[in-house]
Amino acid sequence: MTDMPISTAPKRSLYAQDARTKKRNRAETRFRVYGMAAVITGIIALIVLLTSILGNGLSAFQQTYISYPITLSEDRLDPEGNRDPAEMAAVTTFGYLPVIAMSLQQHLEAEGIDPGMGGRELAAMLSEEAPAQIRAMVLANPELVGTTIDAEILVGGRIDGFFKGRVTMESAERDRNVSPAQLVLAQQLAELGMMETRFNWDFITWPDASGSRPEAAGLGVAIIGSFYMMLVVLALALPIGVAASIYLEEFAPKNRLTDLIEVNISNLAAVPSIVFGILGLAVFINFMNFNQSSPLVGGLVLTLMTLPTIIIATRASLRAVPPSIRQAALGLGASKMQSIFHHVLPLAMPGILTGTIIGLAQALGETAPLLLIGMVAFVREYPDFLSTHSNTFPLMGDGATALPVQVYSWTQRSDPAFVERASGAIIVLLVFLLMMNLIAILLRRRFERRW
Amino acid sequence: MLWILIALIFLGSLGYVLGRQRAMASAGGDRRELHSLPNYYGLNVTLLTLVPALLVLGLWLIIQPIAVERMVERQIPNPYMEQVENPTLLMTEIRRLALGIDTAIERGFLNAEDASNLASDSDIRAQLAEAGVALGADVSETVLLAAQSFRALNATGNTWMLITVFALAFAGLAYAYARTHKDLRARNRVEYAILSILVVASSLAILTTVGIVLSMLWDTRNFFQLYPWQDFFFGLEWRPSFEGGSELGLIPLLWGTLYISLIALLVAVPIGLFAAIYMAEYATKRVRSVAKPLIEVLAGIPTIVYGLFALITVGPMLRDYFAQPLGLGDSSSSVMTAGIVMGIMLIPFVSSLSDDIINSVPQSLRDGSYGLGATQSETVKQVILPAALPGIVGAVLLAASRAIGETMIVVLGAGAAARLDLNPFEAMTTVTVKIVGQLTGDTDFSSPEALVAFALGLTLFVITLALNIFALYIVRKYREQYD
Repeated sequence: MTDMPISTAPKRSLYAQDARTKKRNRAETRFRVYGMAAVITGIIALIVLLTSILGNGLSAFQQTYISYPITLSEDRLDPEGNRDPAEMAAVTTFGYLPVIAMSLQQHLEAEGIDPGMGGRELAAMLSEEAPAQIRAMVLANPELVGTTIDAEILVGGRIDGFFKGRVTMESAERDRNVSPAQLVLAQQLAELGMMETRFNWDFITWPDASGSRPEAAGLGVAIIGSFYMMLVVLALALPIGVAASIYLEEFAPKNRLTDLIEVNISNLAAVPSIVFGILGLAVFINFMNFNQSSPLVGGLVLTLMTLPTIIIATRASLRAVPPSIRQAALGLGASKMQSIFHHVLPLAMPGILTGTIIGLAQALGETAPLLLIGMVAFVREYPDFLSTHSNTFPLMGDGATALPVQVYSWTQRSDPAFVERASGAIIVLLVFLLMMNLIAILLRRRFERRW
Repeated sequence: MLWILIALIFLGSLGYVLGRQRAMASAGGDRRELHSLPNYYGLNVTLLTLVPALLVLGLWLIIQPIAVERMVERQIPNPYMEQVENPTLLMTEIRRLALGIDTAIERGFLNAEDASNLASDSDIRAQLAEAGVALGADVSETVLLAAQSFRALNATGNTWMLITVFALAFAGLAYAYARTHKDLRARNRVEYAILSILVVASSLAILTTVGIVLSMLWDTRNFFQLYPWQDFFFGLEWRPSFEGGSELGLIPLLWGTLYISLIALLVAVPIGLFAAIYMAEYATKRVRSVAKPLIEVLAGIPTIVYGLFALITVGPMLRDYFAQPLGLGDSSSSVMTAGIVMGIMLIPFVSSLSDDIINSVPQSLRDGSYGLGATQSETVKQVILPAALPGIVGAVLLAASRAIGETMIVVLGAGAAARLDLNPFEAMTTVTVKIVGQLTGDTDFSSPEALVAFALGLTLFVITLALNIFALYIVRKYREQYD
């Protein structure tokens, strides 16, 4: 036991790293870089996603209009000459088209501009919606007939696209719907100030338009439809969700039934949303014969879908209220029900509201189940939801559409201008979601309590 | 409809006031004499007035349309029924005519007497069109008769509903009012009622699941009566045709679904996992407070937005820079497009779940590993990941179930062609795309082409349910107990 075994390991310097240490340190750096790369990839994906949508969609909020004096000739628009709107309604939009086209031609002649094309091609520069616009204006005020009005009307989607950079001279040569001569004229008119591209409120307020007139398509009906559905979801999901959470968190005995409910809720939270659409179709539409695509059915389906989210959030905030509150209330002689409804629930309210808003945001963006209950139908009219037919409920009569569904139906149309519209609609949707999430964050910041 | 509710609510409020007053009166105005607080006596009356009436109203509203339809259907003479191809469409026609006549009366174009004397030889369609009601086809004698009896039955039903509901409300009000007395245990009764409402609300979750399963089972059974189940589960072709002779094989759809989900997971799992590790172990507090919410924003974006992103950006880009130069195809919707975009959507899902799990590994394990001389990455790889593995596997399984059930991204990004192929730049389709495809538009719910959607839905439900349960099982079974 006297002599120590002689170490056979080579001598190492404490100042220089040996090969193995270097290797280990390199592995460490590599690993760290992978992690950083993953985080950056995620953030880049978000940025690319948002820029792609913004880049495609911001132009939907701009629209090109043309303004020139339109002579509303009496012999075409009111042949009888007695300004009766009922009779004048017999003149369809096809009757108005030559009126506005002629006026444009005359105005160009008066200004000394050579259009370089025939009247038909000139008229094709205007939106198909323009005659309808003028017709509505005239029917609302029959005295306009016979006068010359300074009207501002929509130009066609391709001309609008030219000012937004979507249509170019080269693409126009290959396009049946627009010719380079039209673009040259449009450029000329824009320099004269007759054509102007400016902010477009109509995109938010107007209803949808048919596939050949993307320039007139708006989101008004879809926003209202979404709004009504959110009302239904809020009115049903919040009370039911809170009631269920109170029972499960505060009263439920530990037994089979409670277990079953718990398992069901956590499973429903993970069921694909399209399955809720199938449920809605089978139960509400095929079995109960509710009107297809009414906001009530949409709201019911979305309610069932968001309930688990709301229940989970509500239970978490009920759990966060310390037991001392309950014990104090009980100690002062309150019943269990009183202690919960008078003390625990108000304290948990900010958390519950935050969870509800997040559930609503989820419901607002949901598309798939609504497709199945028939919300893809083309809705041109502002629905009169509150009117009650003799045997329908409010919100059950007229069909509706919703924001995300409108996006989907626009992506299914062939005119490329609808891509711009769809992206614009998504911007509106994202703005709504952002506002809801901000409210949720503010609520949490303002009322959150640490016990 | 609305005024029934308003009237009931009015009755309820009336009951509240009356009940409270009676209780106070019975105690001689001294609330200390009462068993419960005065409000509970009021609430007791309100609940007894409203709850039975509302329950009956709800049930009636659901049952009456179904019952009326059955009765009308039975009245249609058999010979007529046999020559109609599609009984459901006939019923729709009858219902539309009946509602149309009602609307016309409401708008003042018809009076009630004329409406019941409408004859089928007069031009009903034109008359209703005048009132702004559009009918699909001319009205036949039988349909008109049926519609008239539909209206009559509905009117009788509505009258009886009114009578029953209000009789119940008044009976409840009167009974509760009569029972109100200072010794009535009003609080206990009200609390019992509230507790029952709470129980009903929480049972809704079970009801929803039962509804999902039953509705899909019912129509799936109908489907398998029209189409052999072997051909559905093992068929290699998906070729629906509404003239008959469709081939509705599940395999190509399932293949597309799994292929796309696999690519999505290949994107999401490494990125999400590394991001979670970096945030939990390396990132400074400041980086974490910026990067974590940014990545979680990805989870709050609706799937239709990802769908549009796939359609207008990712799809064309993959086609122009990868598929066409490599000669792998020239379709912008492809497995790759949908898979990558879905992967991006799943990143926050994987990363936030894994982040929680990594954070729950106790610090002592890390300290022990550092004490033995391990570097940070060695600690992560050899200590933390093995400890967190069950949780991470659970997160990946949940992400997979998300990917399989995802709809809008694949509808817009993957295409509609059912194909069994290995080329990831080829358009393929999934179960969810076909559910949407078969059920949107005018569908005839007695054809196998529409009913197949329910069988697909059931398949999807079973697969995702199994994945979820399996994920929970793994997490529970292999969870490390550190305390």
